[in-house]
Amino acid sequence: MSVELDVFVGNTTIMDEEVYQLWLDGHTVNDAVKVRMEGGVLDECEASADVLLSDTMDQYRTFQMCERLLYSPAKLANQLLFQIPPHRQAMLIERYYAFDDVFVREVLGKKLSKGTKKDLDDVSAKTGVTLKSCRRQFDNFKRVFKVVEELKGPLVENIRQHFLLSDKLARDYAAIVFFANNRFETGKRKLQYLTFQDFAFCAGQLINNWTVGAVGENNMVEDMDVDLDKEFLQELKELKILITDKDLLDQHKSLVCTALRGKTKAFNEMEANFKNLSRGLVNIAAKLTNTKDVRDFFIDLVEKFIEPCRSDRWTAADMRIYLTHYHNSAHILDTFKHQVVWDRYMGVVKSCIFKMYHD
Amino acid sequence: MPGKLKAKIVAGRHLPVMDRASDLTDAFVEVKFGNTTFKTDVCPKSLNPQWNSEWFKFEVDDEDLQDEPLQITVLDHDTYSANDAIGKVYIDIDPLLCSEAASVISGWFPIYDTIHGIRGEINVLVKVDLFNDLNRFRQSSCGVKFFCTTSIPRCYRVAMVHGFVEELVVNEDPEYQWIDRIRTPRASNEARQRLISLMSGELQRKIGLKVLEMGGNAVVGYLQCFDLEGESGLVVRAIGTACTLDKLSSGAAASINTHMHPNTAPASNACNSPSKDGKEPVFTEDLPSSSGPPTPFRALPTTSSSPPPFSPSKPCSRQSSSSDTDLSLTPKTGMGSGGSAGKEAGPLKTLLRQQTQTALEQREFPFFTLTSFPPGFLVHVGGVVSARSVKLLDRIHNPDEPETRDAWWEEIRQEIKSHAKALGCHAVVGYSESTSICEEVCILSASGTAAILNPRYMRDGCLDIGSSDHRFEEPSPPSCGFCHIPYDELNMPFPAQLTYCYHCRRQKVPDVLFTTIDLPPEAAVTGQGCLIQARLCRLKKKAQGEVNATAISNLLPFMEYELHTQLMNKLKLRSMNALFGLRIQISVGENMLLGLASATGVYLTALPAPGGIQIAGKTPGDLSNEHHILAIQKRINDTIAKNKELYQINPPELTEEAVGSPIPEPRQRSRLFRSHSESSDELSELDLSHGKKDAFVLEIDDTDAVEDIHSLLTDAPTPTGFYSCNTEIMPGIYNWTSGLQMFTSVRVFRLSNANLTNQGLNKIFTDLCENLLKSLYFKLRSMIPCCLCHLNFTVAVPEEELIQVAVTAVAMTFDKDQSQEKPGDRAMTKGGSENEEQLQFPLELCAESTSANNQPSAKIPGLQESTNVSSRAPSVDYGSFADRCSTWLELLRLKAHTIRRGSVKTSRRTQSLARSVSSSERCSPLPEGRSRSLRSTRSFGGSSVTVVKMTPLSFLPGTRIVKYLGIINMFFIRETTSLREEGGVSGFLHSFIAEVFAMVRAHVAALGGNAVVSYSMKECVFMENPNKNQAQCLINVSGDAVIFVRDTDQEATPAQMNTGQTCNSGTDGAT
Repeated sequence: MSVELDVFVGNTTIMDEEVYQLWLDGHTVNDAVKVRMEGGVLDECEASADVLLSDTMDQYRTFQMCERLLYSPAKLANQLLFQIPPHRQAMLIERYYAFDDVFVREVLGKKLSKGTKKDLDDVSAKTGVTLKSCRRQFDNFKRVFKVVEELKGPLVENIRQHFLLSDKLARDYAAIVFFANNRFETGKRKLQYLTFQDFAFCAGQLINNWTVGAVGENNMVEDMDVDLDKEFLQELKELKILITDKDLLDQHKSLVCTALRGKTKAFNEMEANFKNLSRGLVNIAAKLTNTKDVRDFFIDLVEKFIEPCRSDRWTAADMRIYLTHYHNSAHILDTFKHQVVWDRYMGVVKSCIFKMYHD
Repeated sequence: MPGKLKAKIVAGRHLPVMDRASDLTDAFVEVKFGNTTFKTDVCPKSLNPQWNSEWFKFEVDDEDLQDEPLQITVLDHDTYSANDAIGKVYIDIDPLLCSEAASVISGWFPIYDTIHGIRGEINVLVKVDLFNDLNRFRQSSCGVKFFCTTSIPRCYRVAMVHGFVEELVVNEDPEYQWIDRIRTPRASNEARQRLISLMSGELQRKIGLKVLEMGGNAVVGYLQCFDLEGESGLVVRAIGTACTLDKLSSGAAASINTHMHPNTAPASNACNSPSKDGKEPVFTEDLPSSSGPPTPFRALPTTSSSPPPFSPSKPCSRQSSSSDTDLSLTPKTGMGSGGSAGKEAGPLKTLLRQQTQTALEQREFPFFTLTSFPPGFLVHVGGVVSARSVKLLDRIHNPDEPETRDAWWEEIRQEIKSHAKALGCHAVVGYSESTSICEEVCILSASGTAAILNPRYMRDGCLDIGSSDHRFEEPSPPSCGFCHIPYDELNMPFPAQLTYCYHCRRQKVPDVLFTTIDLPPEAAVTGQGCLIQARLCRLKKKAQGEVNATAISNLLPFMEYELHTQLMNKLKLRSMNALFGLRIQISVGENMLLGLASATGVYLTALPAPGGIQIAGKTPGDLSNEHHILAIQKRINDTIAKNKELYQINPPELTEEAVGSPIPEPRQRSRLFRSHSESSDELSELDLSHGKKDAFVLEIDDTDAVEDIHSLLTDAPTPTGFYSCNTEIMPGIYNWTSGLQMFTSVRVFRLSNANLTNQGLNKIFTDLCENLLKSLYFKLRSMIPCCLCHLNFTVAVPEEELIQVAVTAVAMTFDKDQSQEKPGDRAMTKGGSENEEQLQFPLELCAESTSANNQPSAKIPGLQESTNVSSRAPSVDYGSFADRCSTWLELLRLKAHTIRRGSVKTSRRTQSLARSVSSSERCSPLPEGRSRSLRSTRSFGGSSVTVVKMTPLSFLPGTRIVKYLGIINMFFIRETTSLREEGGVSGFLHSFIAEVFAMVRAHVAALGGNAVVSYSMKECVFMENPNKNQAQCLINVSGDAVIFVRDTDQEATPAQMNTGQTCNSGTDGAT
């Protein structure tokens, strides 16, 4: 004796946001029913567990039927099968493409390949995100990556238009695509303390300043926001003069030290470490022509700059003041001719380090 | 050559990938109408092809235009192998044939495949150039408007109600033809879809012809049904009410009252529209140009020797149909017999016509499929009349078979008519017919409400009424008049307890009133109404043929009786005294019968307060038993008290006499039911021995009774914030806001336990329905406070151990705070004046219509023939059974009622004012602006798809319907051979229902509409074979496509609501 078939179809498709979230999170129907019961829906509506089960199954089915449309969200607006009010459509899309920061942190910078997908069960076990949800998020990354790969124009805008996402979410996806494309190393132990939002911020900086599209004269190039500006990377080599020319290095140091004296408790450490730190930053710049070193950009920043500072117990304010003067003082060096490249490089590095300098 | 159909294929989108290699599709389109086919070019390698074809032109008869759908097939071009079909679109072009409906069909249609479902969309433009055709012998009936709505459509005024029209056509079911063994499931499904589309078109055309013959221009309350008789064939039948409708100018459409007010002061005018004084009322200038001039039609019936196609006799018109459509498989011999029947009928008919012509009683079937009426139309209501008959099906291609089907219905209708007569009524309103088929057994059912309609409008030339009709000395007040008994008090057709009307104190009313119609808007009610259901299962032995039919027909009366007892108990438990919208469905399966009665219970202020329910034990000595009884009695009393509070039933005074009507005792039952064949006998046989008992007594003498009482009490109350009813409007709620959610829910329950008892089955069935309701409430909880209106349950027994319940209804939000505080007096007086003035509702009883309907004589030969046939093919008909609810009401002690009039008045006022608000237009109970600000008035602005609202009601709250675009009547089949992959049976049906909704919406949008009203799912046949991973489902839906505007909006709004094209014409037409 059992209910063999049980469906409910509304002219306007009924969707419960709570159930949608449970579905997105990869809970089974039974788990979802449990969660809802604990949430107390039953009490407020005088319903029984059977009712809840039936409702949950129904909603799950609806979501499964909608999922196909969510692959290309633009379709959702002009499909005829489900009558869904626009604000609901937006909610469906936004939530479908939302991801868990813990999960994305695990795959950030990895190749979005079948191999990575196979390892998702490990990721799931590690992060506590259900495998189903991991797969959905991974497939979303991959889908967005594939679509924008072939498109011309600004990355964030493309993502927003094609997937009808909010600005914030579109930017996050741009970061994911950017990281996946350049295969930045983010998984090393030393980088573990960094959150996805740290990386997303840095990605935004890189996209806005270091890519082909950042220069701005040609707006319609493929991958303009995904590939770093090769010319710029080449020019970065010129910065080496800051550490190879002894006079220049000393001059730079004295300028910075003069400006910092008395303004920070860590002055002694700054003075002592100046040459080391400066070498570190300039060397990172000079090596960026190698793809391998691009991938290690963040690990290098941490190893060559952030860790030494941290061991000297610089505060965030120390870091701020030091880097500001380090950056600006170079402008006063009369023999240093590469001000434009220096600004383009230091602007990004500065804000990245600011963002990354935390526990 | 009266019509030119033009179609243009614009583009496609979201097409499926047909070529795996390229992940693309080379699509082209075939456009077919009748036997002509055009093709577009192939649009290579695109999933969003742009064809932008030329206009494909079809020159066709308007007859074909009515019958045939435009068939659009999207295919994938394949150089080396056969082209693959992607899917099809059938477009019914009927709405284009009526000048008042849509003028162009344009929009995106889902491309539908019976195996794969919706596969992309196609943009199509269709137009029709119709030439005027004055040929009076034509077979088409272009221009006759059809409405599913069972009331006078808003934005129309009725000039004349002509009466009942019916027709049926039969064919072989393609699924059962020999060729089905060799063709693909897809081909078979498509053949079926196409055939049914053709048959509906043909049926509609024929009904249209009848309407024209009667002098009408529209069919209201059009109800079309399919009987899938399996091996024996396919029957498509329809009934409706022929009317002459005048379109109100758009200004007047807003309020019928204002339209009428200025001109109608003199009552002598009452029958005719002010605009056409003195003119023949039958035809109006609004009649489409394609229909002929009025005179020939009026003249026709007198010349009964006119060519057969035009003969008013029913057999004749059927016969003509079978000869003129090559698709109809009715063998030629059928023609002959039909023709002869017609000829023989001729003289008899004339004779009849000469005898009596004017009175409604003389019509063959004074039936009306309408369920709500203009104020004053309905004078008295007698009660529910119903008839059922069990038949054995035989193959339809028997020459006389189509007539046999007709004869079956004829019998049932005659019975209904005689029941109505027994109730002292001359008409039946809220009339409907249905069937339930299992293998070769078929139960035919018909039911309606016996009524007396306003005698003033039954006159032939209703214009010259000197208002001299004194049959009713004084007009009864509208708020209670319909409750007054139509029959003679001293010579009552059945025992009932009569009291003086609690409202007007002048006339007698029964203690309980059951009807199949909607609550008249002007009726005075106390408190709110609620859905009341009686549910019943009866096991029966598996049997074949005649034995089976006999067994079923023996069971039927008992089921009806039990259902009635249940209804009565539940009604009393809710402290209510009337049922509206009563619908009793009895479904037959191989080993059981299911009965489901749904109605909306109401406390009519005019009727006496219902008595309580008393429990009595059989063995008075037993102490523990007595204890038990006391406990139950307390529970019942508590429930009644609780319900009174819940439904706000505070009648003016709880009269001193706690009277109710006792049910007949078991021994009496048997007698009662033996008499079902002859209604008059039945009446005399009733045992009135219970007249002395005070209250409704339930005797607990066995487990059955305990079970009954238990089930009575276990009906869960609706959760807080919810109301439910199965009628159009919820008594007691008048301030709707615009929140609207139409839905369909289907459940199938498998009984795994083979040896179930009736009790066990009942419990399962009740739980199934209750749980379904609970689920609905839960689903819709975000709409609270809201009311589920038009809750329409359909039960079926698709297989031996399956019970299927399908519900379609609409949830509507309302404003809780306003429910009781409507300003009263203004509305009250307004309502009153309306009644006088709006009675412009002549029933056409002129000679010709009478003759057209007077078929008994014409029928006789055919009837005899069919009886001969049926002696060969056994047909059982013991089962027809009259069911008059009031039959079971026992006499009340006719105590003198001393009623404090003052209190009565107060309650009456609050009620009627609120109600008259709803009656005035029924869609805008809220002040302007208010409805706007309320939740669920969503702006769908960003979407490129027109939002189409759907509702089973005839109106959308907070809106005004400015134009009816035509009837939507669609039939789909979906089949799968990969059931598991599609998510099992639930997944399969879920997507199919969603697809059906989508296709309905797309068609409405293409007509330029933004809503479907009076939507119903008339058929949902689901079959599965999980072992083979297969399932099949057939769905038939219908409704009226309309354009509505918000009350607060200006006329031009539909243009904005619509993404395009046709809106201009829409608004033009409306103004």
